[in-house]
Amino acid sequence: MGAAVFAFYLFALSTITGGLFTVLSRNPVHSVLWLILSFLSSAGLFILLGAEFVAMLMIIVYVGAVAVLFLFVVMMLDVDFASLKAEMAKYLPLGLLIVIVLLMELAMGLAVWVPSDGAKMVLGAPIPSDTHNTAALGLLIYDQYFLLFQLAGLILLVAMIGAIVLTLRHRKDVKRQDILTQIYRDPDEAISLKDVKPGQGL
Amino acid sequence: MIYDDLNIIFPEIFLSVYAMVALLGVVYTSKDELAKRVTWVTAFIFILVAFLIIFSEEKTEIAFGGMFINDAFSRFSKIIILLSAAVVLVMGQEYMSRRGFLRFEYPLIVTLSVVGMMVMVSAGDLMSLYMGLELQSLALYVIAAFKKDSVKSTEAGLKYFVLGALSSGLLLYGSALVYGYSGTTLFSGILSNVSTDAPSLGLLFGLALVIAGLAFKVSAVPFHMWTPDVYEGAPTPVTAFFATVPKMAAICLFIRVMYDAFGNIINDWQQIIALLSILSMFLGAFAAIGQTDLKRLLAYSSIAHMGYALIGLAAGTEFGVQSVLEYMTIYITMNIGVFAIVMSMQQDGQSVTEIASLKMISETDPGKAIALVILLFSLAGIPPMLGFFAKFEVLRAAINAELVYLAVLGVLASVIGAFYYLRIVYFIYFGEMPETPLDDAKSPILRTIWTASAAIMIFGIVSLLGVEQMAKAAAFSLLN
Repeated sequence: MGAAVFAFYLFALSTITGGLFTVLSRNPVHSVLWLILSFLSSAGLFILLGAEFVAMLMIIVYVGAVAVLFLFVVMMLDVDFASLKAEMAKYLPLGLLIVIVLLMELAMGLAVWVPSDGAKMVLGAPIPSDTHNTAALGLLIYDQYFLLFQLAGLILLVAMIGAIVLTLRHRKDVKRQDILTQIYRDPDEAISLKDVKPGQGL
Repeated sequence: MIYDDLNIIFPEIFLSVYAMVALLGVVYTSKDELAKRVTWVTAFIFILVAFLIIFSEEKTEIAFGGMFINDAFSRFSKIIILLSAAVVLVMGQEYMSRRGFLRFEYPLIVTLSVVGMMVMVSAGDLMSLYMGLELQSLALYVIAAFKKDSVKSTEAGLKYFVLGALSSGLLLYGSALVYGYSGTTLFSGILSNVSTDAPSLGLLFGLALVIAGLAFKVSAVPFHMWTPDVYEGAPTPVTAFFATVPKMAAICLFIRVMYDAFGNIINDWQQIIALLSILSMFLGAFAAIGQTDLKRLLAYSSIAHMGYALIGLAAGTEFGVQSVLEYMTIYITMNIGVFAIVMSMQQDGQSVTEIASLKMISETDPGKAIALVILLFSLAGIPPMLGFFAKFEVLRAAINAELVYLAVLGVLASVIGAFYYLRIVYFIYFGEMPETPLDDAKSPILRTIWTASAAIMIFGIVSLLGVEQMAKAAAFSLLN
């Protein structure tokens, strides 16, 4: 068994293990950590495929940003995971049934997997030998897949607008700090001296 | 080159640029005070783009290596999508601003979702299909939860989001299997690689999963669970939007995928669609009977209507496609009218949606009562309203395709379904006078819209204003 094959099985196994324990572990923080393991090992799988750039993105974006964000959210949100788990137990039998049916279907479908004749012609070596990984990706994204790339941008825009619309609240009943008025406040007007005569009020 | 490609997607680019410019412009000026104006401008822009498409050259063009198809079929659906979205926007702005939750983001999110729908109906690739679908769905999740201080609206948004994500997962899984079999995500490539005689089991699983994912979006049984809750929870103008515009986009996408990508194996998907259609028609008819909330009732009614639309798809013929397009156009027109009436229902200034509150509106507002009765007869498919001819065409398509059982079941379900529409008619004319009758919403816009919609249901049988020819050309361009 070559090193590449060994690495593939190692990464694949740890991806699946990570995914499994993300769902199964009792502590949500542990779930996120398992998720990170799963991300890291799929980055390894990408390297095996020859897509180093995607692998690095996987680590920087998913592990570095997304998973850490999850970690914060999970730690800050006060969600009663125990009761959620109890709810889940109710639906476990049905879920298991669906899983078994799906697994059997998959086994039936994938065991006799025959790609069409045309597919063999279309499938080529995905790694271009003469260009860099990033350059090849750039050529695809900004040329062939330009439409998809821009649409992905629009989807992110909608997500951003949506997040702001649904969470931003302008509360009228709280006093807010207005830095500009603070800066432009004139000290002469802030204090006024009054000459109070002895024995008299204001 | 890319310049030509960009020319082809000009309407989409125009709308997205408009959304972005308007967003920035409004954020840096007076924000929500401009919300009403932005809504009107957006509706105007939709109509403008629709006319741009109507008067564009009639030819089939493909852009980005086949990922985007501009043909008569996509033009027809885009025109319907844009015009109905414009009407729904105009209809909803008054309702929303009166209740104080119209914000300037609303029309802009709707614009972006319309862009998504336009990409959906033009999709020529599994990837652009998914991108368009996700763009429109994400925007819809946001507007479902748009009334943030209402628990029901938030719940509707969340429910829709979770189930929508699940359906996207199914769709992607199916797409992966299809890709694995055919080696390409392009519809044209899939079509040529899928052979008629013996498609592999894996491809069939992929096909079934893709259909399941799309059935979620058109809310066909058994993937309809989200519909009643989301329709009930979302603010009424948003419900009106959900019941009309995205339905058109999703059905057209469904048709396009089935014919463009799997047109060689019609026998393999025909039975699945027929089953979905029968289940939807019957569940829609039975489950609506016990409803007390008008919005929930309309949700089940829309499920049933999707069942009828799917009959035309199951027929697997060019005439079937044409009948679906006509059906959807008529369905959208009558639903807009019904929702205009639902939006005008209020008691003491509070909006109500109980069916019982419609009792005896024939006394308080005879004009509205007549319009509602016409629209309900049309929804039920009672001649001589236009809704009857819509049903008639899809049933004829089924019989022409030798699916007589489907047509018979369709008629049966429509008889059962007529019961709950007629129950409302009974309330309108023969119910008891309620203690607090509905007040007059005093909205000339809504009144115009429901009157127009009811008038179309009657006069439409004389002339469909060329919809029939356009649908025919659209169906022709898809299948040839």
